Amino acid sequence: MTAVEERTGTEKEIGKARRRKEDARLITGRTTWTDNMVLPGMLHLAVVRSPVAHARIAHVDVSAAQEAPGVVAVLTGRDLAEEQGSLPCAWPVTPDMVNPGHPSIAVDQVNHVGEAVAVIVARSKAAAQDAVELADVDYEPLPVVLDMEQAVQDGADLVHDHLESNTSYHFVFDAGEAGTGADTEQAFADADVVVSRRFVQQRLIPAFMEPRSVVVQPQGDNYTMWSATQIPHILRVMLAMVTGVPEHKLRVIAPDVGGGFGGKITPTPEEVLSLLVARRLGKPVKWTETRSESLMTAHHGRDQIQFIDIAADREGNVTGLKVRLLADMGAYLRLVTPGVPVLGAFMFNGIYKFPAYRFECDGIFTNKVPTDAYRGAGRPEATFAIERIMDELAAELGMDPLELRRKNWIRAEEFPFTTVAGLQYDSGDYETATQQALELLGYDELREEQRRRRESNDPVQLGIGISTFTEMCGLAPSRVLGSLSFGAGGWEHASIRMLPTGKVEVVTGSTPHGQGHETAWSQLVADSLGVPFEDVEVLHGDTAISSRGLDTYGSRSLVVGGSAVVKAADKVIAKARRIAAHLLEASEDDLDFADGKFSVRGTPGASLGIQEIALAIFAAHNYPEGIEPSIDAEATFDPENFSFPHGTHLCAMEVDTETGFVKIRKYACVDDVGTIVNPLIVEGQVHGGLAQGIAQALYEEAVYDADGNLTTGTFVDYLVPAASDLPHFDTGNTVHTAPGNPIGAKGVGEAGCIASTPAVVNAALDAVRHLGVSDIRMPLTPERVWRAIHAGGDGGDRASARTNAQAVDSSDAPSTTGGAR
Amino acid sequence: MTRISVRVDGASYDDDVEPRTLLVHYLREQLGKVGTVVGCDTSNCGACTVHVDGEAVKSCTVFAVQADGAEVTTIEGVGQGGELHPVQKAFHEMHGLQCGYCTPGMIMASIDLLGENPDPSDDEVREGIEGNLCRCTGYQNIVRAVRHAAADMRGNGSGPSANGHVAPAEVDTAAAPHVVGQA
Amino acid sequence: MIPAPFEYARPTTVDEVLQALAEGGEDVKVLAGGQSLIPVMRLRLAAPETVVDLGRVAELRGVREEDDAIVVGAMTTHSDVLADPLIRQYAPLVAEATATVADRQVRHRGTFGGALVHADPAGDLPAVALALDADFVIAGPEGRRTIGASEFFVDYLTTAVQEGELLVEVRLPKLAGSWGMHYAKFNRVAQAWSIVAVAAAVRREDGRIAEARIGLTNMGPTPLRARQVEEALAGAEATPEAVAAAAAHAAEGTEPSSDLNAQADYRQHLATVLTRRAVSTAAGL
Repeated sequence: MTAVEERTGTEKEIGKARRRKEDARLITGRTTWTDNMVLPGMLHLAVVRSPVAHARIAHVDVSAAQEAPGVVAVLTGRDLAEEQGSLPCAWPVTPDMVNPGHPSIAVDQVNHVGEAVAVIVARSKAAAQDAVELADVDYEPLPVVLDMEQAVQDGADLVHDHLESNTSYHFVFDAGEAGTGADTEQAFADADVVVSRRFVQQRLIPAFMEPRSVVVQPQGDNYTMWSATQIPHILRVMLAMVTGVPEHKLRVIAPDVGGGFGGKITPTPEEVLSLLVARRLGKPVKWTETRSESLMTAHHGRDQIQFIDIAADREGNVTGLKVRLLADMGAYLRLVTPGVPVLGAFMFNGIYKFPAYRFECDGIFTNKVPTDAYRGAGRPEATFAIERIMDELAAELGMDPLELRRKNWIRAEEFPFTTVAGLQYDSGDYETATQQALELLGYDELREEQRRRRESNDPVQLGIGISTFTEMCGLAPSRVLGSLSFGAGGWEHASIRMLPTGKVEVVTGSTPHGQGHETAWSQLVADSLGVPFEDVEVLHGDTAISSRGLDTYGSRSLVVGGSAVVKAADKVIAKARRIAAHLLEASEDDLDFADGKFSVRGTPGASLGIQEIALAIFAAHNYPEGIEPSIDAEATFDPENFSFPHGTHLCAMEVDTETGFVKIRKYACVDDVGTIVNPLIVEGQVHGGLAQGIAQALYEEAVYDADGNLTTGTFVDYLVPAASDLPHFDTGNTVHTAPGNPIGAKGVGEAGCIASTPAVVNAALDAVRHLGVSDIRMPLTPERVWRAIHAGGDGGDRASARTNAQAVDSSDAPSTTGGAR
Repeated sequence: MTRISVRVDGASYDDDVEPRTLLVHYLREQLGKVGTVVGCDTSNCGACTVHVDGEAVKSCTVFAVQADGAEVTTIEGVGQGGELHPVQKAFHEMHGLQCGYCTPGMIMASIDLLGENPDPSDDEVREGIEGNLCRCTGYQNIVRAVRHAAADMRGNGSGPSANGHVAPAEVDTAAAPHVVGQA
Repeated sequence: MIPAPFEYARPTTVDEVLQALAEGGEDVKVLAGGQSLIPVMRLRLAAPETVVDLGRVAELRGVREEDDAIVVGAMTTHSDVLADPLIRQYAPLVAEATATVADRQVRHRGTFGGALVHADPAGDLPAVALALDADFVIAGPEGRRTIGASEFFVDYLTTAVQEGELLVEVRLPKLAGSWGMHYAKFNRVAQAWSIVAVAAAVRREDGRIAEARIGLTNMGPTPLRARQVEEALAGAEATPEAVAAAAAHAAEGTEPSSDLNAQADYRQHLATVLTRRAVSTAAGL
């Protein structure tokens, strides 16, 4: 420990830049990833996957694979059809939503490239992979449905031919009908100005660094599953429901998990298959994916076509907003696939005071891997649309985009503010955050440089992009989720165990995968209980240890899970107070609790530490009548509202008009995430979110070719940015505490990712708008930027042929090829 | 099977390997050196980076047979006598990791970089670790960590190491004034 | 993923390599640095029966000076090329392009010869070798032969190295006179291969461009020389206008591919812009 971190009596832990407890095992390579697990007699799985996007399975011959050396078993969809059930979708967003069911392994038909058709079980991973190439599957091709706008036409080919259409659901929120706003059609009829745009939210791949991995150990009729998942608790319930293994016979452990970003939020086909195989063979099994498998078959994110109409008067007062979405579900519905756009439904109005708003969304099936949550889930899409259309409206009105925003945003004194979408925004000050961001960026100077470059017709133009955002997070109030037909609540659970030596175990139901819960929760408990930070151990991610929990997503951990910890600590103190009063022979009312000690008011020297009480109650020789000898406690926290982080993000962008190459010159943002428990962790979350949001704007896109093969099937073609591709970030904070939870925190995990994308795109457009460019499709490849400048339009489609450098796509899946190039 | 002799993290091993066995799989599965991880199959992510005869390589793109006779150092062997390597320390101090999956490779690449350039600029660090992908940190704190370690390894009192006890959020980010004001 | 099984040979001399290649049959692959071969084998896009590892062939490593040429052993790693004083002095274009190859880990393993024999059109070294008129020394059962760069690159991923042959070294002529050089690489992210790149070497004399050599990366299945640009530059005034006018010819006769990174017409446009920039920098403008 370094000098500054030594506790000095009353110094608060909350707000301190504690170095993380998690680091010690991670920087030394002495940690437990699921793929590190080795169990006696463990068998290895490899999955034979469909090389075609849509086909009937005519014939499966696995006899050669079965005979291969080291192969213990080969199971096909037919073998598992009776017991595999359907992967769950927990969010029927409308009463008539169509869910075609989601087999973990295809039986009669494959609906996307990469879908499992057989599972090889072998002594070694190599033997399993070798045998994959020996599986012989005949496919009768069916027409491939890839384009959402074509998929919704009358007479379109169908993804699921037993359904009537490719539309899963039609979700509507109309503020006029809901009573939260005026009539939208009327607002548009009365408008001075209407601006309409079609934006494309490209398909993205979460691309967590740790490939998914599952280990299942059967012991009699009990099963322990280790999985690289964000959701061990939800997974346990869902696996029980899907496979019929009773919930109490199932233990799920998420050991250290290498990132998720929503990508590990859903029960996967491979988790179900691993459990089924382990049950059938009675042997421990492991499945670990390759990166190509991950990119091809782990769920994707985003993928919306957005039709946005905004209405305003000549002075720039916004008067109405209409949103129509086509949202790509992919071939099946996973855990929250249909709900992702619905999470955005209430955020398209952003921070602005729209009097009228209507949202409609169609969830569409295509022959692609399913979509589901990806960092921000619904809110990045909404934020992008509103922050882009505000710029377009500003251009139409000839107004400064910042002035237009200022004119329409909620003012600090108006909080709490109920929006046209019916949400009550909790706290904030958009003006202050914006002022600070402008200073961080050096806004005036850059505007001056922009003017000079324009005047001199410099081939490198400069633009400044603005994104003033808010988001709803801290998922979530259970009653609200219920009202939206979500299949579960949004509470979180914690318990605190006071050990005899005074050490403290905190059990959290919120399962981390890189967020630093162990450190932050220790800070919370150190402050609450007045014990040293080092005396707190945080336990998580094992359903046998942490029995209740709803895991980590939606920037909920600190807001909901941290609050449960604080509530549990309050209960520990309350229980300890009775013991303290008894031992100090004082009235409970006369006890003050501070710095971990109960002291008797007016009696100097009469005090007892909570850690001493832990020992006393362990011995239990002397405690009051009528109570149990324990000061352990648990709590479940269910917030009454979402929390609403906000912030202003500014991007200065250089655009080389000769090549279309864009380069971020400077990026500055000021976020208000409420109370900051650990500024290091908060800053790190903002940085990481920015990287992913910028990556959506500039680099990443899951591209399928005309046959439904994923062209971007490796990191050669799916461009996750490296250090040299990203700028330095100048970040800052304002702090307006959230009123809805005892910590005052709003959530920070998704903010950077939600806010940054439109700032980057707006910046590029600001650089070249004077050249007649009003939209460029994401990602802003140099080619698209160049085309938009020189040929108009939004830059158009990219060629879907893979690059000619050592690349591979899903058409080269191992089951179909093997020869040298 | 081919017989190989390697020294890994200071211990000698003689083993039979299939020629197709990748060095990373040999390390993980035959030696139990699971600190080194696999993140991709195209040599892009760098998570598997180890040193072979003092040079950083991607151990998923080297056959174990190619390491015959070589000295291999993994993340498990960079510390000396129970002490963390300065780069490990700096990643901790500067919050240069979140989920930690890329961290072993990132640290091994950074050590290699600092061997060649003991005082890199921000941009030189960014280029120096271009072969390693991180999905969590946005790289900024990794860059800080590498520069912090560089100063530490140079024994340079005027570098960032002089402020080693100060949180990075208080050193070189605009967050500081806003955070400090918090109750 | 794990590569398919293969037979492994690790010869220590060029003669032993040739013997191993002869014995390896049809489906034999030479393993140099392995930085392209191993990923392709992991994805099982290649599954050779035999792999001949050049790692122990000491005679294939190193850079030496031989009369009017710098001779680079085929197994010299990119890192060693970058650190070599002869390369720095006589072939800075090679050093500049090599520094852009992949990342430091890959440069520690990847080799000069391996990159050239792989002949990926998006690879950086082929266009440089072509621009510098490098000579390739190839050993085979019949002895050694030397061919020029213009004949070495035959087609997509295909060179003049025949079955049973081995590239042993590359001779880079020392250029006489006052040459400036620049490699202008255009890609989207640090790790990505070139969308287009231009290798330019320019000799200036009395305020004029006396001679220019321009190699184009990824403007077709093989690296190309931009001959029309070279002709237009020969004897031209060293002015931005003259360079721009010459560079406008850069894409003439090229047939680049259309893929995820770029469509052909955009590549052709990029070639003109990058040629102008590369030549301008090389000419010190």
